[in-house]
Amino acid sequence: MDILVLMKVVPDVVEELEVGSDGKSLDTSFLRTIINERDDHALEQALLLKDKHGGKVTLLTLDAPDIDDVLFTALAKGADRAVKICGVESVQSTQTAVKLFGETIAKTPGLLPVDLILTGVSAIDDLDGLMAAPIAQQLGWPYAGVVTQVALADKTATVIKEFAGGVRGEYEVPTPAVLGIQAAEKPPRYVPVAKVRAAMKSQTIESVDAPAVEAATTVEVQQMAKPQVTGHAEMLEGSPEEVADKICELLAKRGLL
Amino acid sequence: MSTATASADNGNGVMTLENLAKFPEGQKVYSCMQCGTCAATCPYGEDSEFPPRQIITMLQAGLIEEVFKSSSLLNCVACYACMAKCPRGIRLTEVLLPLVKEQVFAHMTDVPAELQKALQNTLRYGNPMGESPRKRALWTKTSPVPVPVLAEIKRPVDVLWFVECYTSYHPRGQDNSRATAKLFHAAGVDFAILGNEEKCAGECARLLGEKGLFDTLTDYNMKLLRKYPFKRIVTGAAHAYDAFKYQFPAVGFDFELHHTTPFFAQHLDKLKPRLTKKLNYAITYHDSCCLGRHNGFYDEPRALLQAIPGVKLVEMTHTGVNSICCGGGGGGMWLDTYYAAKGYERLSERRVKEALDTGADVLAVSCPYEISRFEDALKVQGGDKRMVVRDVVELLAEALED
Repeated sequence: MDILVLMKVVPDVVEELEVGSDGKSLDTSFLRTIINERDDHALEQALLLKDKHGGKVTLLTLDAPDIDDVLFTALAKGADRAVKICGVESVQSTQTAVKLFGETIAKTPGLLPVDLILTGVSAIDDLDGLMAAPIAQQLGWPYAGVVTQVALADKTATVIKEFAGGVRGEYEVPTPAVLGIQAAEKPPRYVPVAKVRAAMKSQTIESVDAPAVEAATTVEVQQMAKPQVTGHAEMLEGSPEEVADKICELLAKRGLL
Repeated sequence: MSTATASADNGNGVMTLENLAKFPEGQKVYSCMQCGTCAATCPYGEDSEFPPRQIITMLQAGLIEEVFKSSSLLNCVACYACMAKCPRGIRLTEVLLPLVKEQVFAHMTDVPAELQKALQNTLRYGNPMGESPRKRALWTKTSPVPVPVLAEIKRPVDVLWFVECYTSYHPRGQDNSRATAKLFHAAGVDFAILGNEEKCAGECARLLGEKGLFDTLTDYNMKLLRKYPFKRIVTGAAHAYDAFKYQFPAVGFDFELHHTTPFFAQHLDKLKPRLTKKLNYAITYHDSCCLGRHNGFYDEPRALLQAIPGVKLVEMTHTGVNSICCGGGGGGMWLDTYYAAKGYERLSERRVKEALDTGADVLAVSCPYEISRFEDALKVQGGDKRMVVRDVVELLAEALED
């Protein structure tokens, strides 16, 4: 069972984000990127499937600062091959990322065939989750998103999809298929830094040139701004009984009691 | 105590479990007479499948792989008790345990989530709490005295103050830093910090077995230290002190090194006339594992506390070499959830029970991990109204004339 995992970076919100001088985009001077958390889960799910069924796990990413660290870490965890698409901005609109991934998958020898393509179902800069489904469409493969479990059999994958309110559904998907991973069955594994350092010495990362893709027609950003502080927290003072009375009073006033 | 690095090269290459007997300190391991003092003194000894004595047996019997597969060594909080008590003088915590733990960690398939996050944060952000490295020196804005940053002042200084993580980011750790800055000024010390460039010294990662992370941080910090002209290093972080003293010499570290507590004890002549505010506290001092058992600084913190007018010093049952670990070393800082799930008693709670028994108002400490650990433990034990936890430097700064 061979699996291709698509990964991309997103702005790291540990660093405070600043709006650029144009008022429409992020200030990139202090911007630090981090691997999309759900893509990390997609990698873990692929490794779990490899642990169970064998086969090869290949990673495909868009180039970004520190991306080599991410790829060597993945290789140290047990991935077999890492390919990065070079000559692109690290943070892309989702539509452009779809085109770049789609074209590269189709044109780079050896990336296909695979049984599954896994990627994060969404990202902090793609809350609509518009990455995986269009790639499935380009390939003419079935797609299932918000996946939290994958079981592989010959020519089918049985997946658990998560819905709102704790509802889950089991689906059978013919393979090859594209899956948008919400969470892997286990949290992403830890790999000791010594193993990453060893991978840096013994393994290589392949580079492919970004395919020429037309800039995606996308919605235009009119304005980007930090959230404005509009309210404040009110601390209720007094003995526990008095505070409880005040809470009841507040809830009653708002029609909640 | 003599310096020892687990990877010292004596012509036989780097010491490993396989070539242990080629090194004098490794040979000593085989002199074990199986008395079991290590297991008895280990704070989690009764919960551990493989206490040090058993590890040596397994090593001699060629069964050490069994130890690698067990999670038993996650119980080791690197408190140096087994090493301090070993009648054969085997350097367990310094030599044998790091080598075994490195293998245990490499074999571990499920790293407890809290610990994993702390390690990943330390690698990415240079601190275990996952705070922005650009905010590392932010606390200096709230310092009562100016705190110069080496990259900005562009001149040699006497003391490079290595602040460390909890003392940079944790709100109560910052109290320690503000107090330290005040004391440097009071003692007339010319000092500066590394600011946002500083990263965790990573000693707890090493003692946990994550040697690669420690090496990465060591490479980084050593390069950084070479960038600036200074005479000596002072740090309030007992674990960073240990890293610099015992590990960094292997990468060329030869600077004069002090921990803040013994450093200020050396400057007591200058400080004492200025300690004019009377603090009417009964204080009990907790000997930290690194500063106490590992480095023998038992008298210095007590001398500082006794220099404060009005202070009455009372001792707990277990002090000095017998002090009980707070449970935060060797990765224990991020294993509380794991230990709780296993049903172990939190060592910090075991410790504060003894502290409360003294009837003291203040539990004084000198390692930045202990503030939050003991404050939490006091709350759990219902003792937070009777006792507060303060670093020795906080108490000194409080006693300083305004």
